[in-house]
Amino acid sequence: MSDQALKVKVWRGGEAGEFVEYSVPRNPNQTVLDVVTYIQRKLDPTLSYRFACRVGMCGSCAMTVNGKARWTCRTHVAHIVEGDSLEIAPLNNLPVIKDLATDMREFFTKWTDARGFFTGDKTRFDDFATVVPDSPERQLANAGIECIGCGVCYASCDVVALRPAYLGPAALNRAWTLVNDVRDTAQLERLRAVAGDAGCHVCHTQGECSERCPKALEPTAGIAGLKKLVGRAAMKGSQWGKL
Amino acid sequence: MGQALNLSKDLSLASGVRQAKLWYLQRISAMVLGICVAIHLAIIFYAIRGGLTAGEILGRTQGNWLFAIFYEIFVLACFIHAPIGLANILQEHFPQSKLSIFCAWLLASLILILGSAAVWGLVVGGPK
Repeated sequence: MSDQALKVKVWRGGEAGEFVEYSVPRNPNQTVLDVVTYIQRKLDPTLSYRFACRVGMCGSCAMTVNGKARWTCRTHVAHIVEGDSLEIAPLNNLPVIKDLATDMREFFTKWTDARGFFTGDKTRFDDFATVVPDSPERQLANAGIECIGCGVCYASCDVVALRPAYLGPAALNRAWTLVNDVRDTAQLERLRAVAGDAGCHVCHTQGECSERCPKALEPTAGIAGLKKLVGRAAMKGSQWGKL
Repeated sequence: MGQALNLSKDLSLASGVRQAKLWYLQRISAMVLGICVAIHLAIIFYAIRGGLTAGEILGRTQGNWLFAIFYEIFVLACFIHAPIGLANILQEHFPQSKLSIFCAWLLASLILILGSAAVWGLVVGGPK
């Protein structure tokens, strides 16, 4: 590790703004979130950013670091620093509120639009539903279930940048886990919600979301599964009926 | 107002399902094309063994209805596959225009008419 101070360029302002350079001392095992916190506590208390858990669980601290979307609490400076420089900006494809904080409303509204919420038919008086742990559906759901909603995939997706109506990888990944939830009772509505050019069929299968996901999930694989399922349901019908 | 909202929602759903159908048709036609291209390449390798003249080609193809059916399937697969892909690309880059639909239909018509004419010419037509 170099003992030189880090030169950190941080985006200041809203949609219009500029990068401002700060000098931050280097520490062993320093994360990017540590750097941002240092700037706010020691250099400029007006810096706005978002974080909560600091241990990679809550998904609130994602930013664009040296051009790529990353979770900053688990990103070590030593792994990504270029010389002694860091450039920290808000996430792409989302409106900037101020400095490093983006407006995540559109991102989460799209989860709802993709019917990314569970709909069941049981009440508390019914017995527990049985889901066999090694059934194919449960395995497929397992593969995508650990999403923390950080928005890294959404910010990295070229199709989101090109088509603002596109639901995006996170919402579609959530829809895919629910499509594989055998207890859910709104599958046809979900398939309709994710069909077409604002949904799964516009994905280019470029895999940037899978490449960048900090939890190593593969939204691309889930979206490919949705494409097939929805395409077949539209042409021939599905186990839940025809679209 | 509520009815108008419902109608626009219905239309967008219909559009999503229509796009899903187009996606499906494009994938199925791609599979057919894959097989057709492989057979087509094999035919080329076979056909050029003893030289390649128009007379030889027409000698093999005239009156050969199996050949006609195979190549018409090839044309139909292109007719489905290529215009959908072109429309997707144009739609992505010019989302506000109707260019994609116009160009897709134009390409589809050209492929179907010219492709079918070529198949017809090889099987039925040729020098008298």
